[in-house]
Formats: sequence, structure tokens, C-alpha cells
Amino acid sequence: MPRLQLIALRSPRAGPFDLSLEPGECLAVTGPSGAGKSLMLRMIADLDPHDGEALLDGRPRAAMPAPDWRRRVVYGASESGWWLDQVGAHFKTPPVEAATALGLPQDIFARPVASCSTGERQRLALLRVLALDAPVLLLDEPTGALDPEAVLRAEDLLRQRLAAGTSILMVTHDPAQANRVGTACAVLEGGRLQVATLTR
Amino acid sequence: MTTVSLSPLDLGAAGLLLAVEAGLSLVCNLGLHRLVLIAVTRMVIQLLLIGYVLRLIFSLASPALLLLAIGLMTLVAAREVAARSERQLRRQGNLMVGLASVTSATVTTTLLALTTAIRPHPWWSPQYAIPLVGIVLGSVLNAASLSLDHVLETVTRDRVAIETQLALGVGYRQATGPLLRAALRRGMLPIVNQMSAAGLITLPGIMTGQILAGLDPVQAVKYQILLMLLLAGSSVFASGLTAMLALRRLTDGRQRLRLDRLILATAPTVATAIASMRADWRRRLQR
Repeated sequence: MPRLQLIALRSPRAGPFDLSLEPGECLAVTGPSGAGKSLMLRMIADLDPHDGEALLDGRPRAAMPAPDWRRRVVYGASESGWWLDQVGAHFKTPPVEAATALGLPQDIFARPVASCSTGERQRLALLRVLALDAPVLLLDEPTGALDPEAVLRAEDLLRQRLAAGTSILMVTHDPAQANRVGTACAVLEGGRLQVATLTR
Repeated sequence: MTTVSLSPLDLGAAGLLLAVEAGLSLVCNLGLHRLVLIAVTRMVIQLLLIGYVLRLIFSLASPALLLLAIGLMTLVAAREVAARSERQLRRQGNLMVGLASVTSATVTTTLLALTTAIRPHPWWSPQYAIPLVGIVLGSVLNAASLSLDHVLETVTRDRVAIETQLALGVGYRQATGPLLRAALRRGMLPIVNQMSAAGLITLPGIMTGQILAGLDPVQAVKYQILLMLLLAGSSVFASGLTAMLALRRLTDGRQRLRLDRLILATAPTVATAIASMRADWRRRLQR
């Protein structure tokens, strides 16, 4: 039984999408801007009205309260949102170890969000998503604002999760990243997913 | 109680200062006299008209007429609440939210006052009910419109923060909780200001009017306190309910943030609002 299964997920602006994702699998989705990549992720996370069904370990999404679904199929948007002043207040327990692995300074959780750079915020947002220990992650350009070294550190973290059985659906603009992290690859064009091959 | 009765001559004397100013404007070519003249004329005609209408309603003492008058006042207040914000909820949402919160806050407060503190005979006596509804409506209108405007403006601004929380599995109610509290506080500001300034910075209008009309100051103060309490109660009620109802219209069964239900548009007039409500009901009846 696949971890995540999409059955004709569609809105007037994108889809239909049919796919299944196994535990430990990472599907890297590329495609031109405006093709509907973020719309697809938002649909899977049930953040926009749409048709179709999604299943987690065979359990239909409609049978689950929306917050329960979103806690298990977590969407990390490309633009991170912050609703409290302090970084640490956005975490139940600050993941200090993972933060160090991503090259973030030790004191970052005590700082105000406003003092963090774009790259720091992006890494913090990734940590916030990972902290939920969800079986499925929907990541929208998770390393878009990072320097090359930080990108590799973030990818290491993602590969650890994959090895532990997490399934990831990742939107990226970098074909090299798709090759480094993805176990499968697809191109989204004209609102449809086309399976592509990894160039390994 | 001895009331001081005013003759037209007395009122004319009060307008003397304005007349001098209008004359100055004419002489110095300020172009203000027309503006002031129109405003004064409108004010006098509107107030005289309402005076005679009230006299008629009071003398007829008909519950149906009273209900009609209160209904009209409420409808106009609800439209004002709906019109204050630049953003409009789809399907006349602003008007519906305004109508629901204005009506329930006003009816509850007025009924409470009429059956406990004031107790006229009969309890619905228009002479008490109408002025009470009027003053409560004024403060409810303030509270509800500020609260609605705050929700509709802030929810657009805070969209990313709210949706990030939803995406992390936080419920809609929790994610929008701070917004609800801020809107409630915003709606209460005018009455809180009014209460803290009362007696120190300003002498409230009702009290001033009663003292001028010859009532003992302490009696007038007691009346003012009663009114302030009623206005504060209705303000909290109205701004809280308005924010709750507006936020409820911005979500759905799957706890999404539905900003597609919000449009930048000009406010509806009473006529178009009624027309669209009728069309809506006809559609529902046909189903």
C-alpha cells in the first residue's frame, strides 16, 4: 500500500494529478514558473478548494479532520510565515541539534524573527516542518534562498529523513538537486505531471 | 422636573455666531458660507422632521409602528457597518454580518435596560424604547464597523502567517485567535475612551442635555452611568460577534483560509442589497 496516493486531484487551474508515493521515496518535481507546482502541493495539503481524493496509508483524507491530515502531510511553503516575535516561540522544543547541522548559530532561537536573514528563516521554516515528524513532507523550494554549502547541509538532513522512511514530494528549480535528493523525478507542464528520468 | 423650553428666537440667537462667520466668509471671499449654510439647513430640517416623527410615534403608541421604526434604524446601521470597509465579503457578507451583530447586540441590550433599570409602562413604550435603541445603535455601529474593518484588512495582511499555521496542522480557530482578539479590542476602543474621559475631559452629551434641561446633576450622572454601562456591554457584544461571524465566513468545512470570498468592492446601497437578498432567497426556494 502506498504511503501517499492521489486520485484525480484537480482544480480549474491545475491537474488532474494521479500519483503514489512509497515510504522513503522522494519525488522531485520541476517545471516552469506558473505551471501549478505550488497549487499542486496546496491541493494535497487541502489548503485550496478542489476535487479528487487523497489517501494516506490507504486512509481517505475526507475521513480525517483537516488539521489531522495537515499534521501528517505537512506543507512547507516557499514563503515562510511567522506569527510571534521570537523565533523559539514557533517551536514546541527548539531543535538545537538539527539547527547546528544546518549551520545556524546557537542563539538563533532566542532572537526576534525580524532580525533573521531570508536564508536563516528558510532553514528555520524547514526545521519547523521537520519537527512535526510527519510521514509525508510537501516541500516547495526548501533551499531556494540558501548558499551552496547550506543547500548541501539541508539535503543531508532530508536524506536522513528519507532513510528513516519519510516520503517527500519536493518542488525544485535545480535539476542537480532533483538528482541528489530525488528517488524519482517528474516535470509539471501545462497543469499535468510528466514522469521524467533521473540523469544518474 | 422643570424643563427649559426653547423658542425659535432662542435658537436663532445661538445661530448668531454662525451668521457672523458666514458674513465674514462672504466679505473675505472664503467660499465657506455655502458649505456651512447647506450643513446647517440639513441639520435643522433633519432634526425637526425626526422630532415630529417621534412625536407621532409616541402619541400613537402602536407596537407595530415602533417595530417598523426600530427595524428601519437597525437596517440603516447594518448598512453603515457593511459600508465602512473597503473589502467586502462575497454574497453580501458584510451586510449579513452587520445585520446579525447589530440586531442581536441592540435587542439584547435594550431589552435588558427596559425590563430591569428603566421599566416604563408599558415596557415597550416608544418614548423610552426609541431613544434607547438609537443611542445603543450608535455605539454598536462604531464597535461593529471597526471590528469588521480590522478583520477584513488584517486577514489579508496576515495571510501567510495564518496559512503557515494551518499547513502545520493548527486549527483555523487557533490560527485566527490573535486576529479575533485584536478586532474585539479595536471595536471596544471608542467606548473605553469615552468611559475614561467621562467627567474629566468631557461631559457626556446626554448628561449635559439633561442638566441644561433642568435636571439635578447627580440624577443626570446616574442616568449617564446607566447608559455608559449599556453602551459598553453592547460594544463588546457587537465587536466580538462581528469578528466571529466575519472569520467564520472566511473558512469552510476543511478549515481553509478562503480569501477568495473577499473582494475589493464598493459598498452596496440598501436598494441593491435588498434586491440581491431577494434573488438569493428566490434561488434557495427554487431548490
